[in-house]
Amino acid sequence: MWNSEKITKTLLFLASLIIVLITSGMVLSLMNGAIPVFKEFGINFIFSAEWNPTEGREDYGALSFIAGTLITSVIAIFICFPLAFSTSLFVGEYYRGTRLAKIVGTMVDMLAGIPSIVYGLWGFYVLRPLIVDLGFNSQGFGIFTAGIILAIMIIPYATSISTEIIKMVPNNLKEAAYSLGATRKDVILSVIIPNARSGIFTSYILAFGRALGETMAVTMLIGNTNLIPKSIFDTGNTMASVIANQFGEADGLKLSALIAIGLLLFVITGLINGVGKLLIKARL
Amino acid sequence: MISLTANNKEPKGLDSRLFKDRLFKVVVFIFAFITISPIVLIIYKLIIKGYKQINLSFFTETAPDTYEAMIALSNNEVIPGGILNGITGTLLMVVLASVMAIPIGLLIGIFLYENSTKRYANIVRDITDILQGVPSIVLGLIAYFWVVKSITNGFSALAGSTALGIMMLPLIIRSTEETLKMIPETIKEAGMALGVPYHKILLRVLIPTGFSGLLTGILLAISRIIGETAPLMLTALGSMGVNYNIEKPTSAVPLLIWEFYNDPNMVDLIWSSSLLLMGFVLLLNLISKHIMAKRA
Repeated sequence: MWNSEKITKTLLFLASLIIVLITSGMVLSLMNGAIPVFKEFGINFIFSAEWNPTEGREDYGALSFIAGTLITSVIAIFICFPLAFSTSLFVGEYYRGTRLAKIVGTMVDMLAGIPSIVYGLWGFYVLRPLIVDLGFNSQGFGIFTAGIILAIMIIPYATSISTEIIKMVPNNLKEAAYSLGATRKDVILSVIIPNARSGIFTSYILAFGRALGETMAVTMLIGNTNLIPKSIFDTGNTMASVIANQFGEADGLKLSALIAIGLLLFVITGLINGVGKLLIKARL
Repeated sequence: MISLTANNKEPKGLDSRLFKDRLFKVVVFIFAFITISPIVLIIYKLIIKGYKQINLSFFTETAPDTYEAMIALSNNEVIPGGILNGITGTLLMVVLASVMAIPIGLLIGIFLYENSTKRYANIVRDITDILQGVPSIVLGLIAYFWVVKSITNGFSALAGSTALGIMMLPLIIRSTEETLKMIPETIKEAGMALGVPYHKILLRVLIPTGFSGLLTGILLAISRIIGETAPLMLTALGSMGVNYNIEKPTSAVPLLIWEFYNDPNMVDLIWSSSLLLMGFVLLLNLISKHIMAKRA
C-alpha cells in the first residue's frame, strides 16, 4: 500500500534523479555536439594551436585556448596567494574574533558579489590604463591584465576556506610555541602553516577551479587573439572567452569546435574541483 | 663596561627577532589592506561615474538607441532613456529560474539530509558539487542546445532562465542540506514520537524551523545569478523593448551593460547600470546576512 511516508520518500528520490539527469544529460549533449570536430581532427584538436575559420580551409585546435586558460589562472593564483593568505592571517589570527576582522571579512566576501562584467568594466577603465602607464604593453590588454582581475575575483574563495582552517589550528600547539619564546611570526611560520598546509592548499585548488571558468571579465581584458601567448604581457584567449566571443557567428564545424572547448572546460574544471574535494575529504 | 656590552648583546638577538616579527606583521597588514582596496575602489568608481544617470526615467524608460544617445552626447546632455527593458528582463528570468530551481533544490536538499549516509546520496552530493563547479558559460551552451535549439526555436527568456536555474540548483541544494543538518535531531524525534506522518514532519517541523536558513540560501543563490552575463549572451540574447513573452529574446541588466560597453555612444550608461546591479546584489547579501544574524 502507498502511504504518505512512501509517497514523500519517492518524491524526494525522484527529485534527486533530476540532478543526476541534468548533469549526465549535460555531458552527453556536449559530447554529442563535439563529435563533428573530433571526427574531423581527432585527438589533434586538443594539441593543435591552429584556429582558422576561413571557409574551405577550416582548421580548429584548442591548444592556444587551453594554454591561455591555464596561464591566466596560474598568474591569478600567484597574485592571489600573498593577498588572500595575508588576509586569512589578519582575519583568522591577528584580529581573530574582533570587530575589525568581521569588517575585513565582510569586505572580502563582498568581492564575491561583484558581477563578472563589473570587474571587466573596472579592469578596462581603471586597471588597463595603469598597465599602459607602467609600460608593460601598449594597449594594456593581455593575459597579465586578465590574471590580475582574476586574482581579485578569486580572493574571496581562497580566503574563506583558509581562514577557517587557520582558525582550526589547536590553541595548545600555539601556546606551547609561545611558551618556548616564539614570536607571533615564528608561531605562524612553524606552527600554523605546517598544521594548516593541506587545507590552505585545497582552498587554492578550489580558487584555481573558479578562475578557469571565468568568462566576461577575462573576455574584456585578454585581447582575444587566437595564439599561444609567448610572454605574460602578450594577448591571448581563454576557453571561456573564445566561446563567449565567437559563439554569435558560429555554425557548423566552428560551433562544434566551440562546444568541444566547452566540453574540455567542463572536464578540466571537474578534475580540478574533484581533486579539491578529495583533499578536503582526506583531511576531515 | 664589560657587563654592559654583554648585556647589550643578549637583547640584540631579541631585538632582531622582534624586528622580524614586526616586519612580518606589517607585510601581512599591507597585503590585507591591498586585498580590501578593490571593493572600495570599484564601488567608489561606480558611484562617482554612475549616480548622475540615476533618476526616475532610468527606471521607467527603455534603453535609448545609439542615435538618440549620440545626439544627447553631442549636445552635452545626459543620455535619455533608462534600463527598464533590462530590469523587467532580469526580473522575469530570475523569477522563472527560481520557480524551476527552488522546489527541486529544496527537495533534493531534503533528500540528501534524510539519506545522508547512503551511497546513492553520496553520489548525488558529488554530482551536485560537480554541477556547482561548472563554468556558467558551459551552462549557457547547454541551455542553447536544450531550449534555444529544441523548444523555443530561437533565443528566449526561457533559455536564459534554464541556464540560470541550473546554476541556482546546486547552491540551493547545499544550503538546504547544511541548514537542515543544524536543526537538533531531538525536534524531529519529538514529532516522530507523537506519531506525526513523515511529510508533516518535513512541512510542519523541519521547514519552519530552518526557514530563515533556507531563505538565506535562496537569496544568496539569486544574488549569485543576477549578475550573470555570459550564459545569457548565448541564450536570452537581449531585446530593445520590454518583453514578457518567455519564448522571445529578452534583455537583462548585465546584457544591457555589455551592449552599452560595446557602443561608443552609450558607453556612459555602463556605470549607472552597473551601480544598480551591484546595489541589488549587495542588498540581497545584506538582507541574508541580517536574517542569519537574527537567527544566531
